[in-house]
Amino acid sequence: MPAPRRRAFLAGAAAVTLLPFAAEAMPEALAAAIREVTGGAEPRAGKVTLDIPPIVENGNTVPTTVSVESPMTAHDYVRAIHVFNEKNPQPHVFNAWLSPDNGRATVGTRIKLADSQKIVAVAETSTGEFWAASAEVIVTIAACIEDVT
Amino acid sequence: MANILVNAPKTAKKGDIIEIKALIMHPMETGFRPGTNGRIIPRNIVEDFSATWNGREIFRMKMSPAIAANPFVSFFTVATGSGTVVLRWSGDGGFVAEHPLAITVT
Repeated sequence: MPAPRRRAFLAGAAAVTLLPFAAEAMPEALAAAIREVTGGAEPRAGKVTLDIPPIVENGNTVPTTVSVESPMTAHDYVRAIHVFNEKNPQPHVFNAWLSPDNGRATVGTRIKLADSQKIVAVAETSTGEFWAASAEVIVTIAACIEDVT
Repeated sequence: MANILVNAPKTAKKGDIIEIKALIMHPMETGFRPGTNGRIIPRNIVEDFSATWNGREIFRMKMSPAIAANPFVSFFTVATGSGTVVLRWSGDGGFVAEHPLAITVT
């Protein structure tokens, strides 16, 4: 029989993941871009996995994969995945639209990062919920600053 | 015609979830960088990527200048029936590229 402390811990962990997605220390452009896709709703932290290396040497091409926990059935699926950044000239990275046809809510691509910064992924489900995850990335050689000669 | 690299299974069992990976050669010029003459190089990116399976849209993505040059995309889809997956890229300056992909579903 599990000790009651373990139960308490699990309950506490669940409560933490259900907190609203932390909007603190987020620049206005990024917050505005997120509001644009959520329609003002506050995305909750969880369900989204943002797979991106914590330290990248070359900001010109950074492999990024976003996965969302979802059964992907006709009644409950991920409708869209939006990715944003904090310090590039524009906050948008990409928007991807999915349907139950996808079977798995995973999208991978390669992105440019102009500076060490926070990346935010927001998922929109068919039930109208918004889930989010963020990751801090340290970039040692930034994109867009190299000499083009 | 643009150079395109695609990695997807040629055959699949009905109901299998398959991964399609696609890469296209494109500079993805952001429109924020100055060129050798000090003037900003005009933006030239692939903006839209879509995939259809026998004419039915299965995936769509809108890219921004923050997508790396030679944009790579991977996504999953359920194998529904034999046919053609058409990958389509379009972007600035009337850029359009298409790549058909025959997949046999058993």
